Amino acid sequence: MPEVEPERVHEDAHLVFEGMDISGQWNRMFEQRVIWQHDISALDRVTEIPGAESLGYCYQCGKCTPACPVDHVGDYSPRKVFRRTQVGADLLTSPDLWLCTTCGNCLRVCPKEVNMLQIMPAVREKAVTAGNVPAELQKAFENTFQYGNPMGEPARKRADWVAEAGAPVTILSREPRPVDVLFFVECYWAYHPRGRDAARAFARTMATLGIDWGILGAEEKCSCDSQRAAGERGLFEMVAEQNIATLARYQFNRLVTPDPHAYNSFRNEYPRLGGAYDITHYTQFLAPLMAQLPWQRELPYRVTFHDPCYLGRHNGEYDAPREMIRQIPGLEFVEMFRCKENGYCCGGGGGGMWLDSFTGQHTKQRLSERRVQEAVETGAEMLVVCCPYEVSRFEDAVKSTGNEGRLLVRDVIELVDEALH
Amino acid sequence: MSGVLVYVESDGERVAPISFELLGLARQLADSLGGDVEALVASADPSPLVRELGGADTILEVTSPALAGYLPEAQEMVLVDAIRTRDPAVVLVGYTSAGLDLAAGAATATARPLVAYCVGLKVDGSDVIGDSQLYGGKLLATTRTPAPAVFSVVAGSFPEAAGHAGGRGEPVVMAPPAGLAQLRSRVLGTTGTGAGTLDITKAERVVSVGRGIGGPDNIELAEELAAAMGAELGASRPVVDSGWLPKERQVGKSGMTVKPKLYMAVGISGAPEHLEGMHDAGLVIAVNTDGNAPIFKVADYGTTCDLFDLLPAITALLKPVG
Amino acid sequence: MHIAVILKQVPDLVEEVEVDSNGTDIDRDSIKWKLNEFDDHALEQAVLLKESAGAEVTAVALAGDGVDQVLYAAVARGADRALKVATSDDRTDAPRAAAALAEVLTDMGVDLVLTGVQAVDDLHGQLAPILATHLGWPHVSVVSGVNLEGNQVRAQQEYSGGRMATIEVDMPAVLGVQAATRPPRYVPISRLRQVMASAELASVSAAGEAPALGSTVTRLAAPAQGEGAQMLEGRPESVAEQIVALLRERGLVEA
Repeated sequence: MPEVEPERVHEDAHLVFEGMDISGQWNRMFEQRVIWQHDISALDRVTEIPGAESLGYCYQCGKCTPACPVDHVGDYSPRKVFRRTQVGADLLTSPDLWLCTTCGNCLRVCPKEVNMLQIMPAVREKAVTAGNVPAELQKAFENTFQYGNPMGEPARKRADWVAEAGAPVTILSREPRPVDVLFFVECYWAYHPRGRDAARAFARTMATLGIDWGILGAEEKCSCDSQRAAGERGLFEMVAEQNIATLARYQFNRLVTPDPHAYNSFRNEYPRLGGAYDITHYTQFLAPLMAQLPWQRELPYRVTFHDPCYLGRHNGEYDAPREMIRQIPGLEFVEMFRCKENGYCCGGGGGGMWLDSFTGQHTKQRLSERRVQEAVETGAEMLVVCCPYEVSRFEDAVKSTGNEGRLLVRDVIELVDEALH
Repeated sequence: MSGVLVYVESDGERVAPISFELLGLARQLADSLGGDVEALVASADPSPLVRELGGADTILEVTSPALAGYLPEAQEMVLVDAIRTRDPAVVLVGYTSAGLDLAAGAATATARPLVAYCVGLKVDGSDVIGDSQLYGGKLLATTRTPAPAVFSVVAGSFPEAAGHAGGRGEPVVMAPPAGLAQLRSRVLGTTGTGAGTLDITKAERVVSVGRGIGGPDNIELAEELAAAMGAELGASRPVVDSGWLPKERQVGKSGMTVKPKLYMAVGISGAPEHLEGMHDAGLVIAVNTDGNAPIFKVADYGTTCDLFDLLPAITALLKPVG
Repeated sequence: MHIAVILKQVPDLVEEVEVDSNGTDIDRDSIKWKLNEFDDHALEQAVLLKESAGAEVTAVALAGDGVDQVLYAAVARGADRALKVATSDDRTDAPRAAAALAEVLTDMGVDLVLTGVQAVDDLHGQLAPILATHLGWPHVSVVSGVNLEGNQVRAQQEYSGGRMATIEVDMPAVLGVQAATRPPRYVPISRLRQVMASAELASVSAAGEAPALGSTVTRLAAPAQGEGAQMLEGRPESVAEQIVALLRERGLVEA
């Protein structure tokens, strides 16, 4: 920024020019703007945190505000966070710190690359270290540490879903052998009733395809990507090291996971910690295989699709799930207005799954409720998803928006399974 | 060494119900072991209490101004002294706050073994066989302990009625121990139930939440159900200790004892300390995703449905239509 | 002002607790252990007293599997140092643990001992009163709040029915904590890892022989089923209907 040197700007309060008496009032506009006489130490304290520097790049253009899903139901965007911090709000103790879902839509449109995907985890880590964590999130961290999953479910029951899968599933800890695909199930498919429905549908589909695959079983632990984004980098690293050590004991060609957050972790974070794998999301894995499936029926549903932020914007995959939908016989597909790169976040990412009570106090509606309303507006009778967080979030939102009976929520693998039987 | 000594609890005016349970139990044990049932009363003025202790053969009265109100150090001193003087084969203490203070300390001081959390006790020769609840009520430990020994007993395990009469009721005055003049602790003050008007013990219907509710923000699910049912809201100890609900709503050993016509236990595992506060309820319905939770052993009806789905569903059915 | 906090692990009841092949003990190989929740509160209370009154806090535990992590976590929470007490045997029950701990604590210049009021497996008595008796110190249990006032400690003792008493105790003393003045705070894992990498755990041996327990467990088993609850099956909507029908049938809610 060019420095204005006060000495070269000459200010007179009063001037007589060619006999005319001119008030120097208008001279005042050349006085140096006193922006740096404001105390911006609150902002400096944030931009000094390694990882959060880019918050300082904001020049208040406002492009992020309409892109931010939280602003539609509250008062939030990177620009607003910047401004509030600039004029003195302590981001470390402000609710602003916990409302961001790290969906990445702001970064997509920001001309200055203010990167909330780096800022939020970095500032949250500092807050967590100081002991400022919303209680629900704290419980998720503690559960993850103690049980390997944020729900607090017993670790030893992580593979119990296999019992009623209706197809054989190799649990590698019990039958160690080399497999082609090691499927990283993740917590919600392992424990949540609707997640288990999808996991079983997946197992049946894999059996139909004749794939050689297995799962870790009870040794598997949460990939902790969301815990990392919510400020617990230490927890993420600790559990990642444990997962990497566990995976090192088995032989497999590739890693496949249904969870875009785990996908993001394995693709972008684990290599730094010594865990490099050929990782694909299950939609990327299955899309090219859809043509081989012996369809048994047509599904006469009008469906729409929700792009998961961590598969789409974060990792560039929009086509694989759509390809799967295209290949399932009978489905009529209609896009939502906010789709693909402009998809509207369901609210589960960045720790949002465990901050619902907190965000509920600062927003007038859940992001998932807003999204469900958008899905209903398309005229679709079914909302198709491919992230384990989403089924429960959207089914709850269907009920709370009064759309029961009007919109069903299904994981794409459930539709595959249905059309195969 | 002979007989059974019962440590009597009271509020100064009335003997606590647990003490009658212990006296009834003591009679059974003394019948097999031989010897008398002795009731120990330590108080500034034992006379109102002595009247109620017809279930004992001897009533050991220890009187001192230092014994006004409950002070752990003073009570333990008296109990230890009584055990040394009377040399009972069995000492019975209730599993109460006083029990947690006194039983283990007195047992250690008199070099006797202690078996805690007893729900069953009987004699076999010169040994006592006990059944104790452990691991939150999930497992029962059967022990064999040669007398002399100390046992702490869970309230509600034995009938109270058996302890009111059947003994000789002879008062025996015991000198207070000299150590009472050199106490190293003192009671500064006591408080009763909160100053507010909330008294869940009067409610006919109670909906109680435990750790399974997950967090303070989810409690409104239970509040809505309670409102729709005309019920009072209760809580287990962990919920109160975490600050999610006030102490006045706590049901259990260190909270309230309730006897409502309907008790719904939501997300409560059913540890003995909680059961103690509600086992006399009329209809008990338990909701817990863990099918092995001990609460299902005392509930009349149960379900492993997820409370987050079930509670709103019940609330919706109870709300008046239109 | 020196506070010692005694910590121990107990089986985590979230996981199944199974009985071993002898039928007299839990299967110690298969269980998951976690810090006794009351000891957790005792630790939190100690750290709160450190913050408010400048006390020093030593976390103490008997040596055993997994104890190192418990002690590191205690230091990460705010304890100034940690001490592992080795004994000649596997003792875990309170009477025998107390004998070893009393031996060690006597020479440590401790003013106040805080520990959990009880544990889910303390069949033979609770640590606080037993330890206090060995040490010859006054003790109070079922404590849900502690303040320091000069050379005295003030403890809130809880009774049934919501009654409470404030008891003042001359130090040195032992308190059995039920609840700290506020719930245990969160310790970020990065701090725990830092502590594990940098802190040292002191170790000391308790020489004395373990006293005999004087009682034997002859059987450990799940309690007899009895009748138990009649379980209602079905999806939540159906179970809700069944429950409401039950309530209406018995006149417990309006028809």
